[in-house]
Amino acid sequence: MELTFTARNVLLGATLLGAVGGVLGSFALLRRQSLLGDALSHAALPGVCLAFLVTGSKDPLPLALGALGAGIAGSLTVLALVRWSRIKEDSAIGIVLSVFFGLGIVLLTHIQRLPGGNQTGLDKFLFGQAATLMERDLQVMAILGAAVMVLLGLFYKELKLITFDRAFAESLGLPVRALEGLLTLLLVTVVVVGLQTVGVVLMVATLITPAAAARQWTDSLGWMLVLAGGVGAASGATGALASASVAHLPTGPMIVLVASAVLVVSLLAAPRRGLVRAWLRERGVEQRIRRENLLKDLYRTGEEAGTDPHRLVPLPHLMGLRGQAFGALRATARRLERQGLLSSHDDTLSLTTEGFREAEAVVRKHRLWELYLTRRLELASDHVHRDAEAMEHALSDDDVARLEELLGHPETDPHGRPIPPAPRQPGGAPSPREEATP
Amino acid sequence: MSQAAFEPRLGATPDPRSDVPAIEVHDLTVAYRTQPVLWDVDFQLPEGELIAIVGPNGAGKSTLLKAILGLVEPLTGRIEVFGAPYRRRRSWVGYVPQRESVDWDFPTTALDVVLMGLYGRVGWFRRPSRGHTKRALECLEHVGMHELAGRQISQLSGGQQQRVFLARALAQDARLYLMDEPFAGVDVTTERAILSLLEELRSQGRTVVAVHHDLQTVAEYFDRVVLLNMRLIAEGPVATTFTDENLQRTYGGRLTVLARAAETLLENRRLDAPPEESTLARREGRGPWS
Amino acid sequence: MSPTLVVLTVGSLVGASCALVGSFLVLRKMALLGDAISHAVLPGIAIAFLLTGGRAALPMVVGAGALGLVTVFLVELFNRSGRLAEDASIGVVFPALFSLGVILISRYASQVDLDLDCVLYGEIAYTPWDVWLVAGRSLGPKALWVNGAILLLDLALVTLFYKELKLSTFDPELAAALGFSPVLLHYLLMGAVSVTVVGAFESVGAILVVAMLVVPPATAYLLTERLGRMLAVAVGIGVASAVVGYFVARALDASIAGAMAVVAGSMLAGALALSPSHGLVARALRHRRLGRWLTGRIVLLHLRSEGSPVSRDALRERLGWTRSRSRRLSGILRELETRGWVTRETEGLRVTADGARAAEEHGGA
Repeated sequence: MELTFTARNVLLGATLLGAVGGVLGSFALLRRQSLLGDALSHAALPGVCLAFLVTGSKDPLPLALGALGAGIAGSLTVLALVRWSRIKEDSAIGIVLSVFFGLGIVLLTHIQRLPGGNQTGLDKFLFGQAATLMERDLQVMAILGAAVMVLLGLFYKELKLITFDRAFAESLGLPVRALEGLLTLLLVTVVVVGLQTVGVVLMVATLITPAAAARQWTDSLGWMLVLAGGVGAASGATGALASASVAHLPTGPMIVLVASAVLVVSLLAAPRRGLVRAWLRERGVEQRIRRENLLKDLYRTGEEAGTDPHRLVPLPHLMGLRGQAFGALRATARRLERQGLLSSHDDTLSLTTEGFREAEAVVRKHRLWELYLTRRLELASDHVHRDAEAMEHALSDDDVARLEELLGHPETDPHGRPIPPAPRQPGGAPSPREEATP
Repeated sequence: MSQAAFEPRLGATPDPRSDVPAIEVHDLTVAYRTQPVLWDVDFQLPEGELIAIVGPNGAGKSTLLKAILGLVEPLTGRIEVFGAPYRRRRSWVGYVPQRESVDWDFPTTALDVVLMGLYGRVGWFRRPSRGHTKRALECLEHVGMHELAGRQISQLSGGQQQRVFLARALAQDARLYLMDEPFAGVDVTTERAILSLLEELRSQGRTVVAVHHDLQTVAEYFDRVVLLNMRLIAEGPVATTFTDENLQRTYGGRLTVLARAAETLLENRRLDAPPEESTLARREGRGPWS
Repeated sequence: MSPTLVVLTVGSLVGASCALVGSFLVLRKMALLGDAISHAVLPGIAIAFLLTGGRAALPMVVGAGALGLVTVFLVELFNRSGRLAEDASIGVVFPALFSLGVILISRYASQVDLDLDCVLYGEIAYTPWDVWLVAGRSLGPKALWVNGAILLLDLALVTLFYKELKLSTFDPELAAALGFSPVLLHYLLMGAVSVTVVGAFESVGAILVVAMLVVPPATAYLLTERLGRMLAVAVGIGVASAVVGYFVARALDASIAGAMAVVAGSMLAGALALSPSHGLVARALRHRRLGRWLTGRIVLLHLRSEGSPVSRDALRERLGWTRSRSRRLSGILRELETRGWVTRETEGLRVTADGARAAEEHGGA
């Protein structure tokens, strides 16, 4: 694809910004300072205007310095408001954001009315006009971006510590305030770097969205930084390319939308934290519990009637036992049938031999646990059923074996019902209980 | 920060002949904004013992620890650690903050947290060496967390998190440990493990001063107790000091006299709830400007 | 109505209604949710514009109001998932929605006069001429009608639900226990904020709306202790900022909305410095007074426990005070002497019987 000079600049600028923004945004995210970035980006505007008024030039460097200064002033104001008054942090951020921005707008509109005040020069900072990125701008961006990364690298472990455990860091003698000031300075710098590309309003997403996406995929800070930088760069590049190829698609918003899409996908699909995965896992567990319950119910119905364990049990009866819906029960039954654990005829179910053995195992767990609760923890026998209903699904075979030993290979549960014996190993020794009984 | 030569010394014994007290607090008064939190607190703690700081909520216990560490500025008073101001004794002191003061969802592993305790020895601009990592692993092993060294901390149970904090403290190899509620919210097994660790520290001649919340176990776990309720109520060996009468005086509702007197001078806060020591951090958030 | 008067009235209406709902945002620590809403309503306005093909007020208000609620809902959703903190949720939701709005407008409405810059800072100066035409007759400036209606709406909300809003702001658990659904109130409030924001959009734009929502209430927060009074003061300051801001803008030939924000900010700065109850000056004085009071008592306690006279230097050392603080010590000692609580003898200072009692009655053991 043939890129124009402008498009190439936009691409470079957006990618650079995305990378640096993602990395630094990770720290902002972890320090719960996401919206401080928003305030700082709005606060930078009066700095840009003042720099213009003072130097009379639109050269990026003095404008960047102006923005830097204003950003620092903004962050100090937030700090001062919170420390010296009862105003809370969120209000302080909102105040700095809007008042500084208002000052910036006053200066901007004043400049626009001045003779020769070339307005398209400065108001690009509001929305970002990446198309106006020049070589010089890219140079400034690259230098500042590199400086940010170098400083981050030098102070990485200290910044990590003060973000994680500030009090401990202080106790070690680390100059915590200075380090926090450094982070804020880096944050302001990144904001300045990005103002021309994405503008005041969207700056915060450049910082936070890639970092939030990265967080879902990894539990290591180092990898999170790398990933955030990568996602940021990729979103920047994609957004820039999309904006260049399609008409009327401004760059800044495109970058943000791409990054947001990545975030949504990450939230849903990431392996450990992903919501979809979590939901699937939970459902898996739920379904296993339902299957075990059904086996148990079939067993008990047969046991209570004192007859053939393979007796046919009507579905409505099973529904009544736990108040289950017909459809859900049916689905569970079908699952078990496919596993060969039961067979169904019309609306009745019966355990197969295999199913019977499985059911025995579940019942055994349940009744052993009940016995444990009554004997060892001395709970009343009518209080243990509910707990056992929950515990039986969580006990492993090892747990069960240990329980049996602990309780001395018992034969009946607290309610006098027989505890099914452990399955005899094929061709193996008799189970301990069989040995114990004369 | 001290650049002491790195050597794995989990067994360094402080000088048993020295009779310099581990901590000396003189006339300490600390006020938060305009409300007094500690008032004219004055005591000395000897080396080599397990000491509990006990008192009701808002009594200033955490503040006392922070004052010793130089984290809060007192209105009046002087504190000495082993005979000198804290900042000259930093490498002799290890701090274990409250477990809930930290965001355990932070992306880092147990090993990493322990390594943080060694940052003072690693120094600026350098990365932890293999020796440092080995030491950190040893400390984790000492608290029974060796297998979980690579585990993300948000996946650890409360007891495991506390052990990680303690491993970090061990890595600091300090002569005096200040711990803020080390036994809070841990399971029975961990509680026993922590206790035996503290006893081991004591047998090495180290000192532990811990804010403790559970009155039932004070006498059993600790040698000395400091009863605090904004003022020092009593201090001394557990046997003679941890009495019903002293407990009555500590918890019996006499907190308010000074606070009430202060309030008549101050704003009445109707749009703000009064700050309570233990909930303050939680309510105001762990922002960087606390 | 003269144009100037129209602008002043519109500004005041905006200032007042923003101050009303903004006070609750500030008290509930939700100022930034208001910021988010003010940005995120843009796609709502864009969609309304695209659907109706015009700039009629009502569809825009509805569209924006809906988007405001969507914003709040999405922020909650992200936050509740447990994977994103609240501030991060806000920081990802509103830029995404805002970007969506900008793209919609750029692609489908670029030829119309939805000037994007005005979205950010509005153009209240045009409101006198933007009239509401009904059957060919002009009913006056639209902004007056819209913002007037919104003010009434906000007033109604605040009066009807005053108790519930107050309780759920200061004690949400109790409110829930008493059966006032906090969720309902939350969405009601946010709905009002959305609608108010949209009304203000035309006049002051997205970002300066935040100024009107947050700054006058924060100022009032520094000046008073009671909710009712805070609301009244906030409204007053909001109106004042609008009026004064207009004249400042005229003088500087600059954006009216921007000037309003700056004026509001200056009033906040003033209150911060000078508020009798919460201002910095008052605080510093109080802090010093407390410091002196506490130190005085400590000195008395010391002298009492010593028994024999203590020299000033010994006292200073005992208190652990550096030389700079010692200057204050002299002042404190002088005051103690004047009150007759301390006497100066040749060997040093000694506490009197009165002094010992004074130390005791404030908690000496």
